[in-house]
Amino acid sequence: MLMRPKRDLTMAEAARVPGGARVDLIAVADMVEHGAKVLDVGCGDGELLRLLAETRAVDGRGIEISREGVNECVAKGLAVIQGDADTDLSDYPDDAFDYVILSQTLQATRRPRVVLEHMLRIGRHAVVSFPNFGHWKIRLKLLFGGRMPTTDNLPYAWYESPNIHFCTIKDFRQLCLVVGAKMEKAVALNAWGRALRFNAPWWFWNLIGEQAVFLLSRREGRPHRVD
Amino acid sequence: MTDASVTLEPASRAREADNPHSPVVHFGADRPLKLDAGVELSPFQIAYQTYGTLNPERSNAVLICHALTGDQHVANVHPVTGKSGWWETMVGPGRPIDTERYFVICPNVVGACMGTTGPASTNPKTGKPWGLDFPVITVRDMVRAQAMLLDHLGIGSLFTVAGGSLGGMQVLQWAASYPQRVFSALPIATATRHSAQNIAFHEVGRQAVMADPDWRQGRYFVEGTNPRRGLAVARMGAHITYLSDAALHRKFGRRFQDRDNPTFSFDADFQVESYLRHQGISFVERFDANSYLYLTRAMDYFDLAADCDGVLANAFKDTQTRFCVISFTSDWLFPTSDSRAIVHALNAGGARVSFAEIVTDKGHDAFLLDEPELFAIVRGFLEGAAKARGLPPAR
Repeated sequence: MLMRPKRDLTMAEAARVPGGARVDLIAVADMVEHGAKVLDVGCGDGELLRLLAETRAVDGRGIEISREGVNECVAKGLAVIQGDADTDLSDYPDDAFDYVILSQTLQATRRPRVVLEHMLRIGRHAVVSFPNFGHWKIRLKLLFGGRMPTTDNLPYAWYESPNIHFCTIKDFRQLCLVVGAKMEKAVALNAWGRALRFNAPWWFWNLIGEQAVFLLSRREGRPHRVD
Repeated sequence: MTDASVTLEPASRAREADNPHSPVVHFGADRPLKLDAGVELSPFQIAYQTYGTLNPERSNAVLICHALTGDQHVANVHPVTGKSGWWETMVGPGRPIDTERYFVICPNVVGACMGTTGPASTNPKTGKPWGLDFPVITVRDMVRAQAMLLDHLGIGSLFTVAGGSLGGMQVLQWAASYPQRVFSALPIATATRHSAQNIAFHEVGRQAVMADPDWRQGRYFVEGTNPRRGLAVARMGAHITYLSDAALHRKFGRRFQDRDNPTFSFDADFQVESYLRHQGISFVERFDANSYLYLTRAMDYFDLAADCDGVLANAFKDTQTRFCVISFTSDWLFPTSDSRAIVHALNAGGARVSFAEIVTDKGHDAFLLDEPELFAIVRGFLEGAAKARGLPPAR
């Protein structure tokens, strides 16, 4: 299962700017240059692609695993194909896009590292947003509850969760080092998907960010290993 | 054609082949059709139907490519059968391919029998139907002829090219042969090459036609016969491939036809037998047996990658065309994997492509049937393309 887990974003779903766009998607869109060529991996019902087209005039494409999502997107006039991030990114040639976006999907992929490597191969930039499993509430739940934490934004029980590869902000930074990605921007979001706009050290973001959005680029001259 | 008048039916069909109920463009000796077989077809003619109005910018033309047994009568009453057009649910005022917005053209393909030159047409050199003297044609030949028609009509670029099955093959060939003339493309339930299984089915159909003693080596018009049994059997076999096990079961199950018990004979005891027989018989009324041979052959020969040294992606290299590829879950003739191969090649070429698979039990024929999701997707795709093309919104 790789569709964007819609129910994971219940609070973010509720938080919308006056124009109607979800605030957590705005944090992602903020990372993208005007007029860029963009691939949204796990594009769901196409809301981010639509936002990017309307506010940033991007040339957007999408991949989505759920048939309903794809058909809804295509009926909206978006260029979306049915596909799986874990298997179908290898079909794309190098440098095909300016940005490859993985919004709230990384934790549902089978091989996050390979997916990230492909993103950096296909696009000049990668934008990744994910729920931060290092958030203090989650830590407390595990520490005192002794069970796999569930939250308003991550409501699934462990045995039925599509999210099979949770990570913390610190974990993700380490993955970036492993795959040789350059971190250009990073922002932590609160439970409603709003960016926390003040300076703080990484350990602090890792504690209070419910989600994070990273803008990455390929380190020059570094070849990318893709299995 | 005097020989053909001995029997009523081939005569009416032959009339449609030479003087159809459609506008016709004649291409004289100065404009031959160069065929892949290495010969020229000249003179020849193309029969076509149009719907809607071409805008002053000539930017709203839509080309519909018909399937194996289809014809140019997309959205009007068929002159031979009296039935409504084969894609009236898709094409018409307010339909997904909206004739109030778009100028729709559908030509009869080369090799067919509804007014464009084919084996049932009169060979000007002999004054008799071409029969098997007609050269073997390919999908690329069909598309080349359509391009000549558009040149004649003064249409440089097409807003969209749409079609299913053999029609979808033509759509893909259009995008590969004339990328600069195709703004958007809608290949539905199709493939970039005909599979071995599909060639095998076609061969069974052709053998059924040729095994009919009335086929007379393709000279049935001249000899006053009609290989109706052979063509009907070919159609019956093919028709099964257009459906699905689930659809057949849903429609007919094991129910008996007008009887409560088996007759212990070879009558059409079962509803499904009766239905297939009806499909076969009614097909013979409107289709030419030799055309069936030629058009199935054209599909068999279709292999877009073969034209590009086996690399399909090269067929669509640097294309600016917007694609929407559609398949159906129960289509086992042109399964979703075929459509995925198209999408794969388009992605590799960096094309702007959408791909949707529609859940239905109706099999390959689903593209012709009432499928609301298909309509929604086509409508949405064209809406997006119209915006990009600068066409005014629907009234």
